[in-house]
Amino acid sequence: MSRASAPIRPRLVKRLVPSRSMRIGVRAGAVVCAFILAAIFLLLTGRSVGTIFGAMWDGSFGSPYGQAQTILAAIPLIFTGLAVAIAFRMRLWNIGAEGQFYLGAFGATAVAYAIPTAPAFILLPLMILGGMVGGGAWAFVPGILRARLGVNEIVPSLLLNYVGILLVDYMVHGPWSDPQSFGFPLGKPFSDSATLPTLGDTAVHAGAIVAILAALAISLVLSRTVWGYRVRVIGENARAANYAGFSIARNVVAIMLLSGALAGVGGMVEVSGVVHKIQANISPGFGYTGIIVATLARFSPLAVVPIALLFGALIVAGNELQTVGLPSDIVLMLQAVILLFALAGELFVQYRVQWRPGSSSSAAPAIPSEPERQAAASASPSIEAG
Amino acid sequence: MIPVVELRGIVKRFPGVVANHNADLVLENGEVHALLGENGAGKTTLMSILAGIYRPDAGTILLDGGPVSFRTPGHAIEAGIGMVHQHFRLVQPFTVAENVLLGAERRFAASRSSTDQRVSELGESYGLKVDPSARVWQLSAGEQQRVGILKALFREARILILDEPTAVLTPQEATRLFETLRKMAEEGRTVVFISHKLDEVMAVADRISVLRGGEKIASVTRSETDKRALARLMVGHDVSSKTQRADSSAAGVCLEVRGLDALGDRGLQVLHGIDLEVRRGEVLGVAGVSGNGQRELTEVIAGIRRPSAGTVEMEGVDLTDVSPAQRIRSGLAYVPEDRLGMGLVGSMDCVSNVMLKLSGDRRFTRGPFVNSGAAEKLTHRLVDAFDVKTPSINAPVRLMSGGNIQKLLLARELSSEPKLLVASQPTAGLDVAAAQAVHDIILEERAKGVGILLISEDLDELLSLSDRILVMYEGNVMGTIDGDDAGREKIGLMMAGTHTDMEAAS
Repeated sequence: MSRASAPIRPRLVKRLVPSRSMRIGVRAGAVVCAFILAAIFLLLTGRSVGTIFGAMWDGSFGSPYGQAQTILAAIPLIFTGLAVAIAFRMRLWNIGAEGQFYLGAFGATAVAYAIPTAPAFILLPLMILGGMVGGGAWAFVPGILRARLGVNEIVPSLLLNYVGILLVDYMVHGPWSDPQSFGFPLGKPFSDSATLPTLGDTAVHAGAIVAILAALAISLVLSRTVWGYRVRVIGENARAANYAGFSIARNVVAIMLLSGALAGVGGMVEVSGVVHKIQANISPGFGYTGIIVATLARFSPLAVVPIALLFGALIVAGNELQTVGLPSDIVLMLQAVILLFALAGELFVQYRVQWRPGSSSSAAPAIPSEPERQAAASASPSIEAG
Repeated sequence: MIPVVELRGIVKRFPGVVANHNADLVLENGEVHALLGENGAGKTTLMSILAGIYRPDAGTILLDGGPVSFRTPGHAIEAGIGMVHQHFRLVQPFTVAENVLLGAERRFAASRSSTDQRVSELGESYGLKVDPSARVWQLSAGEQQRVGILKALFREARILILDEPTAVLTPQEATRLFETLRKMAEEGRTVVFISHKLDEVMAVADRISVLRGGEKIASVTRSETDKRALARLMVGHDVSSKTQRADSSAAGVCLEVRGLDALGDRGLQVLHGIDLEVRRGEVLGVAGVSGNGQRELTEVIAGIRRPSAGTVEMEGVDLTDVSPAQRIRSGLAYVPEDRLGMGLVGSMDCVSNVMLKLSGDRRFTRGPFVNSGAAEKLTHRLVDAFDVKTPSINAPVRLMSGGNIQKLLLARELSSEPKLLVASQPTAGLDVAAAQAVHDIILEERAKGVGILLISEDLDELLSLSDRILVMYEGNVMGTIDGDDAGREKIGLMMAGTHTDMEAAS
C-alpha cells in the first residue's frame, strides 16, 4: 500500500443509529429513480414518456373511479403486507400469503354458500372468521414444521401457495361451479347479505375500514402488549428470549397463525367486497406483492398502508395502460425497480459516506471489525426451535 | 540470523477496546512457536494482523528483515503466511479439493484430478488424510481443520498460524496434529500455535511467548521453563487484598448440583459428573480456562441447556426438569457471559431490557398491555441505584459502554431479589472502575445471604471475592479449594489439568 499522494476516496462509516430521515428519503428516492429509469427505457423504445405516465396517472388518480380502483387494489395488499410484516417481526419469512389469501377466500365462500340467507350482521363476521380459519390453517403448516422440526418456513409456505390456488380452482370447476357460468371457472354469486356494503356511493367497500383497523390493531399489539413485546424480543434476539424463558416454538406457531389469518381476511374481503363470488385467479399475485409492500414498509404495520396504496395505484395504472394498447408490464418493472433501489439505498441508511484522503491507517475500517461481525452474525435471522 | 517475522510495537484498537498494545514478537525459521495467554489477551488479533486480516493502528511488520504491509489476506498469503482459524471458514457444500483450491485458482478452469491428487499427496506426507472429494459438511471438526491446514500448505505457506487448533479435537487427534506440526517445523516452516492450555504448549512448542492484556510479557524457550512458571506469567503476580469473609459453613445450602452430565453445542459430552454446592451468603468461584464446560454448566443451571444426567436443586427444590421461566420465578438470577448476545437485547432500550424477565409479572401489566408507567419507574429506580450512565432510558442499550451495559444487566437480575446469582465473566472487558463496581455489587448480594456462583477467568477476581474456589478442566471438577489458602499457582496447575494434593479442602 502506498502512503504517498493518497487520493481523496469515499469511505463508508457505519452509523451507530440508522438514520430515520435517510430511510424515508431513500424510499421516496427509490420511487423517483424507478420512474426515471422507466422513462429512459420508454425513450429507448421510442414511446412517448408523457403519454404513458399521463395515462398511468389518469388511470389511478385522475377520476373518482380511478381513485376507487386504487383503493380497491390496495385493500388486499394491506392485508398481505401486514401478514408478511408481522411474521418478519419474528424473523419469519411468510412467502405463503398468496396461498393463505386463496384459502381465506375459500373459507369465506364456504360460509357464504352454507348459510346464504343469514342476515349480514351474522354472515359477514362469520365469513371473516372463515377467512381467518382458512388462511390460518394454511400458515399453521409451515409454522408447526418450523416450531417442532426446525424446517425453514420459506419453502413449505411457498409450495402451499400452489396447493391453495389449485384447491380453489378445483372448487370453481367442480362443487361450487355456477351452472349459469357457461363453463367459466366461476362460483355462484353471493347472496346480498354475504356482500360487503360500499362506503357511501363510491365503489369502495367496507373492507377498507377493516384493513385500516387491522393495521392499527397490529401496530398496537406489537408496540403495547406483552405478547407483542415478546414477539419483538424473539425477533431481535432469540437467544435472549430463550434466556428470559419465552417459548419460541409456541410463539412461532402463534405468529404464523396470525399472519395467515390476516392474509385470509384479505381473501375474504376480496370475494365479499369486489368479486361477490368465488372464482379462479382471485388474486393477481397479491400475496407476492405483499412481500414487496412489507419490505418497503420495513415491516412496520402502519407504513404498510401508504405503500399498499402506491402499489395499488401501480396495479390500476397497469390495467389502464392495457386498455389503451400499451404494455402493462412496465408496471411490474416499476414495482421491481422500486424495491431494488430501496434495497440498494439501505446502504445510506446504515452507513455514512465520508470523503477523506485514503490509506490512512487510523481511519475507521470500511468492513465491520470482528466484534461487530460476530454481533451481526448472532443477530442474523435464526430462531431455534425449542 | 534474521528472524523470519518480526512484529514491532503493534497497536490495534477496536471501538472501546485495545486489543494489542505495543506488542512485539519474533518468529524464527523452523520453530513451533506457541502464543500463550488468557482469553482476550490479544493473541488472535495479533496473528490476524500478521495474516493481513486486520491492519494495525501502529507498529511495523518485518518479513525476512524487510518491512511489509498487507492490505488484504491475499497479500499475506502471497508472502507465504497462512492462518487456520478457530472457526474454519470453509464453504460447507463444496468438496475438500474445491475448498483447498478456492482463492488459489490460477487458471479459469482448474483440473479436478490434479487438485485431488495434490491434496491427497499433501495429506499423505503430513498425516492429514482427508478424502479430497468429500463434501465439507460431512466432515468432523477435526477433519475440517485438516482441510484448513491443507489449504495453507497448498498455497505453500511457510508461516502457518493455527488459532486454538485443539479446541475442537479429541486428545488422540490433538496428538496426531502435534506430530504434523513438528514435521512442518523440521522442514523449515514456522508454525505459530495459539493456545491457552499449558500442557499442549509444553508438549509441542520450541519457544513460547506469553501475552497478557494485549502485550507480550515474555518469550521463553520450552526447555528453560515449566508449567508453573508459565501459569505465573499468564495470570500475573498481584494478589489483591481479600475481602473479609464470614463463616458461611453453617448456612443452608442454596444450590446443589449432583452428577451433572451435559452435551455441548457440537454434541460432544462437555460436562462429566459435576458435583457442587453453593451455600447461602457464599461466593463459590469457578476457575478454569474458558471452554472447559463453564458456560454449559451455567446454562444447565439456568435451564436453557438440558442435562443428560444429574440433578439441580435450589433451596431444596428439584429444578432439573423445570422451565427457565419457572426457575426465574423461583429466584434464580443469571448474568451470562455474552451480555448483548443473550442477557440483553442490544437494539432495544433500557426499559424493554429491564422488562425482559418481568413481562409476565402482574405489577408490570395492565390486562394484555405492558404497564409502561410502572416499567419506566422501575427502570429509573434501577438506573439511579446502580449508577448506570445512559443518555436516556429510551436509547438502545448497545450504545452504552460495556460497564454500563453490565451494570444494567446486574441491576435487572438483582431487582427480583434472587436467592441464587449465577454470574459468568461479570467483569470481562470492563475498565477498572466498572469492574470494581461489579465486585461491590456481588459482595453486597453475598452479605444479603444470596448464594453466588461466580465463573471467571480472572484469578485475581476469584481470589478476592470467593469463599471457595472450584477448578474445572475438560468438564470435570479438578477440586475445590478454600478461598483463604487458595494458592494461585496450584489453581493454575489444576486449570491445566494437573491433579494436586490440595483437593477438597472444604
